Amino acid sequence: AKTQASLVGRIDALLRGCQGVDEELLEELEEILITADLGMKTTQQLIQSLEMRLDKGQLNDPDVLREALKGEIRDRLMQESAPLDPQRATPFVIMVVGVNGVGKTTTIGKLAHQYVQQGKKVLVGAGDTFRAAAAEQLEVWGQRAGVEVIRQAAGSDPAAVAFDAIKAAQARKADVLLLDTAGRLHTKVNLMEELKKIRRVLDREMPGAPHETLLVVDATTGQNALVQARLFQEAVSVSGLALTKLDGTARGGMLVAIGGELGLPIHYVGIGEGIEDLRPFDPDLFVEALFRQDG
Amino acid sequence: MTMFDNLTDKLDSVFKKLRGQGRLTEDNIKQSMREVRLVLLEADVNFRVVKNFVATVRERAVGQEVLKSLNPAQQVIKVVRDELGRLMGEGEDNSLDLAARPPVPIMLCGLQGAGKTTSCGKLALQLRRQKRNPLLVPADVYRPAAIEQLKTLGKQLNIPVFDSNPDVDPVKLCTDAREFAELNGYDTLILDTAGRLHVDQELMAELQRIKQALQPREILFVADAMTGQDAVNVAESFDQQLDVTGVILTKLDGDARGGAALSIRAVTGKPIKFVGLGEKLDALEVFHGDRMAQRILGMGDVLSLIEKA
Ligand SMILES: Nc1nc2c(ncn2[C@@H]2O[C@H](COP(=O)(O)OP(=O)(O)OP(=O)(O)O)[C@@H](O)[C@H]2O)c(=O)[nH]1
Ligand SMILES: Nc1nc2c(ncn2[C@@H]2O[C@H](COP(=O)(O)OP(=O)(O)OP(=O)(O)O)[C@@H](O)[C@H]2O)c(=O)[nH]1
Ligand SMILES: [Mg+2]
Ligand SMILES: [Mg+2]
Repeated sequence: AKTQASLVGRIDALLRGCQGVDEELLEELEEILITADLGMKTTQQLIQSLEMRLDKGQLNDPDVLREALKGEIRDRLMQESAPLDPQRATPFVIMVVGVNGVGKTTTIGKLAHQYVQQGKKVLVGAGDTFRAAAAEQLEVWGQRAGVEVIRQAAGSDPAAVAFDAIKAAQARKADVLLLDTAGRLHTKVNLMEELKKIRRVLDREMPGAPHETLLVVDATTGQNALVQARLFQEAVSVSGLALTKLDGTARGGMLVAIGGELGLPIHYVGIGEGIEDLRPFDPDLFVEALFRQDG
Repeated sequence: MTMFDNLTDKLDSVFKKLRGQGRLTEDNIKQSMREVRLVLLEADVNFRVVKNFVATVRERAVGQEVLKSLNPAQQVIKVVRDELGRLMGEGEDNSLDLAARPPVPIMLCGLQGAGKTTSCGKLALQLRRQKRNPLLVPADVYRPAAIEQLKTLGKQLNIPVFDSNPDVDPVKLCTDAREFAELNGYDTLILDTAGRLHVDQELMAELQRIKQALQPREILFVADAMTGQDAVNVAESFDQQLDVTGVILTKLDGDARGGAALSIRAVTGKPIKFVGLGEKLDALEVFHGDRMAQRILGMGDVLSLIEKA
């Protein structure tokens, strides 16, 4: 899109137009970071550290400045970020949480497919018993990935589905259990309690489960993403993130704040609606993309 | 701590040295505009929009006499709030325009997961309460179980959903549904379309074909209130390609400040007609520009005090 002048393009344009690196340039850089959704706080931190180096006369070269900026951002994403490896337990239980419509169910479909490709036996639990046709949606993904979906009637207790699902996973000696949950806003206390209950049920049936609690975040989300991550982390000990919808024009810059402030690893990125459209998170690629010029 | 304390505190400290000031000047405005800018950016208002907004406010505020009942900080907040309200279309009539020969088509469109299908159900309920007779049309043949989802909502509401399956061409489906509505006395068609990226040319062209075939009276762009800086790109693009008639802002029941509302409004000039305030089907309300302005500024009831001043 024409409006999406990217970081590199704009930084280059800026640098071409000015002799050295000065305060005015830093102000412009601030604006550029904000448009990538890095958030005010992170942006100000980044600018401050650039300013300090500027004072010391380290950054009079445009290339050095750009690399310094990338480095600062990458530092915030340095958590160990690898695809989830289901070796630690059998069944390895992954519970997937997040606000409404971010891509939880789709990500589960893609993940199930990946594990099946790796020769694993996968089971999926339809823990969203609330949203219209949520289980039917998951069934379609189950068929696509070739895995069984454990479900109950719409409106039943999600904790009961979790119970069924982990029982089934144990009985069938599944390697991986993926548990879908209904989308919920992090501000809804009773719904967050419901998630805690699901965790308790899992842990009771299999101490240590869920082994991963994956928070799904939509790349188009702005500042609210950080609040989401913080409150889900507090409520259900989120262990890592998947960032979806990176195939659009949003850059997902809030991830930098989430990584920097909460120290959560990012495991996956979603880049489309197809079953293959899930990639391991690559911090270098992500930062390059933040700086990419739109075609 | 609410944001109100925040902004007022910030502005109060800006003006501390200026108590008793009779007039707002270029100088004392400058500092306060820095704080206003920060508040808006923290609310996800697009940075270009913020820039223009701040410039307008500065222009309007400079030279203003400080009202007796307000201190300079409150005076600035009042200007900010008034301008924001104006931009948000405060006091405008945001109702749907359905004055056409029935069946009147309404098309919903937007990014994936924004809340289109749910909003279709909510709209259908509202329209029935207004004594209309709507037919829901599941024109999303891509998302798994999308048709099933709309059917489930229809069942919950006891509002009919046009029968379909994923093999049907969405354009054909819509024209078939119109014919069915004509024959069966439905006066409104609510078209649920698949989520799509604004840069997906093929799928955007499909929406244009549906528009061409049905000439919807209302084309509503459905946007998630949590959207960040990208909201302007998406809204601008949907509007350019479809000339939307209005916006539904969803998921406002959370704690997102919803600056996207201002961004979308500013780049498209199209009114926000409804807000979604929950997952339940009665959680749809008409949009109020004044409330949205207060929310974006993070201000609660305290503002009404200023209002009365
Ligand atoms: N473009 C794009 N669309 C995606 C991606 N991931 C998911 N989606 C789409 O986003 C929409 C919502 O996805 P779901 O998987 O239903 O999201 P959810 O979080 O399970 O939603 P709820 O259960 O309703 O809270 C669907 O239309 C998906 O096809 C992605 O990486 N890219
Ligand atoms: N909290 C809240 N959730 C909402 C609201 N509107 C929709 N949702 C939820 O958001 C999720 C996505 O809603 P859908 O109606 O499926 O969104 P969609 O735009 O049709 O999604 P696609 O068809 O996949 O593009 C669901 O979990 C809905 O229950 C709202 O106003 N508030
Ligand atoms: Mg889901
Ligand atoms: Mg839908």
